[in-house]
Amino acid sequence: MRHIAVAAILFFFWLALSGHYTPFLLTAGVLSAALCVLAMIRARVADAEAAPLELLWAAVTYFPWLIREIVKSAWSVTKIILHPNLPISPTMTVVHASQKTSPGVATYANSITLTPGTITVGVSGKELIIHALVTEGAVDLEEGGMDRRVSRFEGAK
Amino acid sequence: MTQVIEIASWVLILLGSFFTIVGAVGLVRMPDVFTRMHAASVTDTLGIGFLFLGLCLQAGIGLVTLKLVFLLALFFFTGPVVTHALAQACLHEGLKPMLAEDRRNARPEASDDGRQP
Repeated sequence: MRHIAVAAILFFFWLALSGHYTPFLLTAGVLSAALCVLAMIRARVADAEAAPLELLWAAVTYFPWLIREIVKSAWSVTKIILHPNLPISPTMTVVHASQKTSPGVATYANSITLTPGTITVGVSGKELIIHALVTEGAVDLEEGGMDRRVSRFEGAK
Repeated sequence: MTQVIEIASWVLILLGSFFTIVGAVGLVRMPDVFTRMHAASVTDTLGIGFLFLGLCLQAGIGLVTLKLVFLLALFFFTGPVVTHALAQACLHEGLKPMLAEDRRNARPEASDDGRQP
């Protein structure tokens, strides 16, 4: 089931990139999508970790939330950069990722890096090592608001 | 109507350019490699985001806009991976970040204690 869904998504991606709808090219698209999935199966990567389709629906509500967070923190970093005194207080900290699956932990770590002002510099198990531009950013992450939001995203199937 | 779209698109493109320049200014002003990465992420997110939105308005509804959205998604998924790889490489080489406060003390550290340069 997952294989067919991945093939269908790949085919529509191919279709959108090509923009030609002649029978020959459509057949070529179907064949290349099928070949890609076959290669994925052979390389043993056609599983829930490489293609987390269950998360697609949850992503519809997660991404707008993440974009709002990104805009807020990008604006505060912008103010720091343009401030004459450059008021930075670089801080490193360790936060715990409470997600159960590896796509969940990866989503959390990437969301941290994607929001300006905080970077995930290391992962050991479920402990993420964070570098933050200002101490408040590190404290915010320690309080775990984003962690809970990502866990909800992961659990919403 | 086209006039409105044209103006909105140019406002977005100019906003994107503004945040790109802010990122570049930050890159110069920040003291070390880790804080510079924070400055660059403003370009990565708001700069690129606003520029792409403006370009989507220029292209109108169609395949070009869809491709722009794909590109934006590509940036959003590869950006953090690249930043993370860069930070890891710096720590691995033994670069010590300048810190005002270190809150890691309670927990064991990972591969952070690299060689002194």
